Amino acid sequence: MADDKSNAAAYWSANLRLIFGSLFVWALVSYGFAILLRPLLAGIPVGGTDLGFWFAQQGSILCFIAIIFHYAWKMNKLDEKFGLGE
Amino acid sequence: MSQFAINLLFVGASFALYIGIAIWARAGSTKEFYVAGGGVHPITNGMATAADWMSAASFISMAGLLASGGYANSSFLMGWTGGYVLLALLLAPYLRKFGKFTVPDFIGDRFYSNTARNIAVVCLIVASVTYVIGQMTGAGVAFSRFLEIPSAAGIWIAAAIVFLYAVFGGMKGITYTQVAQYVVLIIAYTIPAVFIALQLTGNPIPMFGMFSTHTESGMPLLAKLSEVLVELGFQDYAADVSNKLNMTLFTLSLMFGTAGLPHVIIRFFTVPKVADARWSAGWALVFIAILYLTAPAVASMARLNLITTVYPDAAGQVENYEEALANPLAYEDRPDWVRTWEDTGLLTFTDKNNDGRIQFYNDANPDFAETAAERGWEGNELSVNNDILVLANPEIANLPPWVIGLVAAGGIAAALSTAAGLLLAISSAISHDLIKKTIKPDISEKGEVMAARFSMAAAILLATYLGLNPPGFAAQTVALAFGIAAASIFPALMMGIFSIKMNDKGAIAGMLVGLISTLLYIFTYLGWLFIPGTNMLPNTPDNWLFGISPLSFGAVGAMLNFGTAFAVAKVTAAPPAEIQELVESVRYPKGAGGAVDH
Repeated sequence: MADDKSNAAAYWSANLRLIFGSLFVWALVSYGFAILLRPLLAGIPVGGTDLGFWFAQQGSILCFIAIIFHYAWKMNKLDEKFGLGE
Repeated sequence: MSQFAINLLFVGASFALYIGIAIWARAGSTKEFYVAGGGVHPITNGMATAADWMSAASFISMAGLLASGGYANSSFLMGWTGGYVLLALLLAPYLRKFGKFTVPDFIGDRFYSNTARNIAVVCLIVASVTYVIGQMTGAGVAFSRFLEIPSAAGIWIAAAIVFLYAVFGGMKGITYTQVAQYVVLIIAYTIPAVFIALQLTGNPIPMFGMFSTHTESGMPLLAKLSEVLVELGFQDYAADVSNKLNMTLFTLSLMFGTAGLPHVIIRFFTVPKVADARWSAGWALVFIAILYLTAPAVASMARLNLITTVYPDAAGQVENYEEALANPLAYEDRPDWVRTWEDTGLLTFTDKNNDGRIQFYNDANPDFAETAAERGWEGNELSVNNDILVLANPEIANLPPWVIGLVAAGGIAAALSTAAGLLLAISSAISHDLIKKTIKPDISEKGEVMAARFSMAAAILLATYLGLNPPGFAAQTVALAFGIAAASIFPALMMGIFSIKMNDKGAIAGMLVGLISTLLYIFTYLGWLFIPGTNMLPNTPDNWLFGISPLSFGAVGAMLNFGTAFAVAKVTAAPPAEIQELVESVRYPKGAGGAVDH
């Protein structure tokens, strides 16, 4: 029982670490590159405009997809490693 | 065959398909009615979620919003997609593990309180009803434009079709019609976009074409667009926004709202396993992104197309814009699509300087007034409703008539699929949370399915009535639906999963503070219950608190919700041991099984 409990706790903290990492990237590409840091990226030209504009209209969406699939893939491995999957 | 006959054929064929699915997918049990039996494949559910999510507004209005706002309106793109990251990481897998039928069901059970459940029901109904009105009116507009029938008749037809598959099929019927509707709407959206991208840039993929070279001028497309916009007194397409706090909060409100909207969340109750809920959110976003990555391309290309239609000399490589803009299109020579849309009143021309030509520029820009006067322009003469960009695209690009028929069927599919999802969220909250959980707990399985069908029928009638007589709040989907979902529902769900110590009183206080603060802020600027003239402060940026627009307040409401909930939970009794165990168990996928019958 104690083992089960520490196993579950380790699974949960591994999940939380993964969530924090993923949300960091999520915020960086949207609120960061596309909005707040856009002036810093203004010097990088992308097809007639700047990198910040590209992140705002295309890049952030592509990153969101990558974040979700990466998370789902990592969580499947965690489920298996800790024996908590279905 | 006439255009009318072709439109009728496409719309009629799509309806026959939906009705066929309705007959095949009838629901017999509550589990089938509420969660489609719980056995939907994650990719199928992803596709259904995409159709559920992409409304008449996504299909018809978003490209117009982006075209008119340029960079500043990117919030819609990021907000309405970034919410899926929150759903996949923070909500969907755990709510699936919890295994209930509705969103208020989770809130009521997790916070062991019928008060919490009922607040959630009220939030859900207000958000979803506001949202559904736009779908009904959107379907009405599509019908009246393409099938030349009054918009009211269009709304009745839309209601009858939804009735057929939603009342008999419940979530099961809705799921499989949504898959069909996704296919119809995405083909209808992308085909004209591909042709326009080819015509303007030679690149068949719109999302790449947008960032490549405009063939006629030899310049990058976006650079050409910005250049000609500035020459006409409009804002540079890529111009940065000065109020970054507001843009950040607006994007955040849309993301929280997306993650907290019940009609999206319940779609994740239909997959077999917790892991499927995670994958399914990813697939949903892939299917959504096909449209959302295309929309900004359609926006920029359609805007450039419109301008070069009016100023043909400005389309190529321009040395001197003064000369290139001197010969706008003569009204007599206007293309057919302009004539078609003039009939609808969504595109109008007034020859203010009586020269028989169309002057199209930004007459609201004081810095440009002098230039305009020098050119002999006496005001902007062409006004174009944002909503026609997508619908008129195939005509602007001279595509064959069947593409127009397809766009008609696509616009109606987008409206119907979202309406059905919202109506299911409303009716299951009534039959399951109000009738079964609050009023009549001893109702039988059969009785509950019957109650669910009646609630669905009543919800459709209400939506039809409101679609025919839109109340003042009908236009406030973004403020009301997203504001409430962001400020009230999203934080409650998140705390219910991630904070074991969060108790009933904390959650209730938090939801009420989030809801009331957001409504007060919105009403202050948009009027009490949106009645014109009752606003206490003018709705202009210099009156907004810290420059935060009423549409961006949802994120602030959410933070007030979190803060209040944690403060109240700290000073009141912790949740009972069995609830704490329940929250623990929600965290681990093991032993989820099907959505539990109860």
